[in-house]
Amino acid sequence: MALMTTDATPADATEPEQARTARPGRRTSPGRVLAWAVMILFLLFSLFPFYWMLRTALSSNNELYAGAESWLPVGFDTGGFERVFGLQTGEEALAAGGSGQSLNFFLYLRNSVVVALLITVGQTFFSAMAAYAFSRLQWRGRDFVFALFLGGLMVPLIFTFLPNFVLIKQLGLVDTLLGIALPSMLMAPFAVFFLRQFFLNIPREVEEAALIDGASKVKVFFTLILPMSSAPVATLAVLTFITAWNDYFWPLMVSYTDSSRVLTVALGVFRAQTPQTGPDWSGLMAATLVAALPMLLLFLVFARRIINSIGFSGIK
Amino acid sequence: MAISQPVQRPSGPVTAPAPPRGRRRKDDTALALLFIAPAFLGFAVFLAWPTLRGIWLSFTEFNLLTPARFVGADNYLRMVQDPVFWNAMVVTLQYVVINIGLQTVLALLIAVLMQRLTQSSLVRGLVLTPYLVSNVVAALVFFWILDTQLGVGNQIIAGLGLERIPFLADEAWVIPTIAVINVWRHVGYTALLIFAGLQAIPPTMYEAAKVDGASEIKMFFRITLPLLRPIMALVLIMTIIGSFQVFDTVAVTTQGGPVNASRVLQYYIYDMAFGRFQFGYASALSVGLLVVLMVVTVIQYRLTRAGSSDLA
Repeated sequence: MALMTTDATPADATEPEQARTARPGRRTSPGRVLAWAVMILFLLFSLFPFYWMLRTALSSNNELYAGAESWLPVGFDTGGFERVFGLQTGEEALAAGGSGQSLNFFLYLRNSVVVALLITVGQTFFSAMAAYAFSRLQWRGRDFVFALFLGGLMVPLIFTFLPNFVLIKQLGLVDTLLGIALPSMLMAPFAVFFLRQFFLNIPREVEEAALIDGASKVKVFFTLILPMSSAPVATLAVLTFITAWNDYFWPLMVSYTDSSRVLTVALGVFRAQTPQTGPDWSGLMAATLVAALPMLLLFLVFARRIINSIGFSGIK
Repeated sequence: MAISQPVQRPSGPVTAPAPPRGRRRKDDTALALLFIAPAFLGFAVFLAWPTLRGIWLSFTEFNLLTPARFVGADNYLRMVQDPVFWNAMVVTLQYVVINIGLQTVLALLIAVLMQRLTQSSLVRGLVLTPYLVSNVVAALVFFWILDTQLGVGNQIIAGLGLERIPFLADEAWVIPTIAVINVWRHVGYTALLIFAGLQAIPPTMYEAAKVDGASEIKMFFRITLPLLRPIMALVLIMTIIGSFQVFDTVAVTTQGGPVNASRVLQYYIYDMAFGRFQFGYASALSVGLLVVLMVVTVIQYRLTRAGSSDLA
């Protein structure tokens, strides 16, 4: 967007945080104090649920009722996590307020990892290939096909789910991990568009020098274009992974049994298996935390990359 | 759009004046077909074809077991006479209005605060954190926090001497509650989008205004808001389209209840397809949603003049 290029300095020059926040000459006015108070209040609102997940997961169900007001875990107990990972026997689980039904979160975790990786690797790689064809190769109909792809951005994904389910069923892929991954494994219009923009900005001279040296265009793609775009490719991959990991609707439609159940769907099932005595809150929050943790860890590693990508991904 | 590249040469089989050094430049059709093949397959099979097929299915009666039978506009006639559909439409609209209204105001506030207070990546990271977890996780945490008896939210309310609120079990409360839950997850993301837009406003404008003695509030209404308009328009179009598709939170917490109070459109569609195996009617409902989204987008685009910028 032309807008974004007019002034890129403030966003990029954020590295020395202290230098900026504690800039001398900015006195603490009442307005600033108020503004910070609002900010901090908002951050508390954002982060409190995470603490509450942890606090509840580490509490014992039987004491949650009595100690509902406590801000710390009540009756400190890792039983919630044990139930999630199927480490408790049915009787133990029932006694602790669980549903007593076996859950295999290791399996769901594995399924989530497999699905998210299939989608991330496939979508990123195939979209990169397409983006290369759209940005660096000369062929008939290129602009027409690219316009078609862009048109795909207009169709809400949700509209394609029902027909895609019918298709996946006809292909015999219902209740398989491949069935979950396949529709988003081959491309995403946004991914193609995103990468094409970066490929277009790589100087042509670099490519031409390699071609003169006798490299093929395939080789140029793998040894020049891809490595030179490793940053945007990685950003795209991380964003795709997060989206795939958090998806609920599509996996819910396609998976019926444990063999293809991913974490988000398993959480819904866990929630539905409410025991007689009332929900197994401790177990549920432990499960929720287990499902959220991989993304939070990923965020810890890639935070800056994810944050900086948002300006672009939003303002297409 | 961000196509900042000079207009591409129309690429015929023989590209007219080859650049001086690229004498080997030629038509790459064979290679291009190879490179484009997987993505094109994905596009055709899982995006274009399902879109057409979804429209076709909306004119049929189809239960997955027997072949689809063409029934003309029957599904659409049924749709306009279906009180549950209209209720779903109203509920969805209520949700969108509350969700988008709250989220946009809050996100704008956070974005401006971030711009004026701190450039810290840590703050931006913390703001974004809820977005990292799935809708299901967000729904379950608030399901617990807002539980009528044990939830800490209601503990606080009771502690203040007020009546406990059955947030997700009361017909009047359920949609605002679901809207707020999704604000929690998405507001940080929206704030960062707006924040990115704020970076495009030249700081000199603020410095000049300051010299003239303008207050922060005046600067917000006279500089920030007007110059942010194109970005806000895009952000609104994106978030509203997303908001109309609300499903996960409802599916995990209320399943459309109490009664039909949270039966949003997308949940009704899902229920129709997978609960009652009426794929034809469900497809017609999907087309209905699609039409609503298109109308909303066009109206918004017109109203906000999203395509033009005041920052010449």
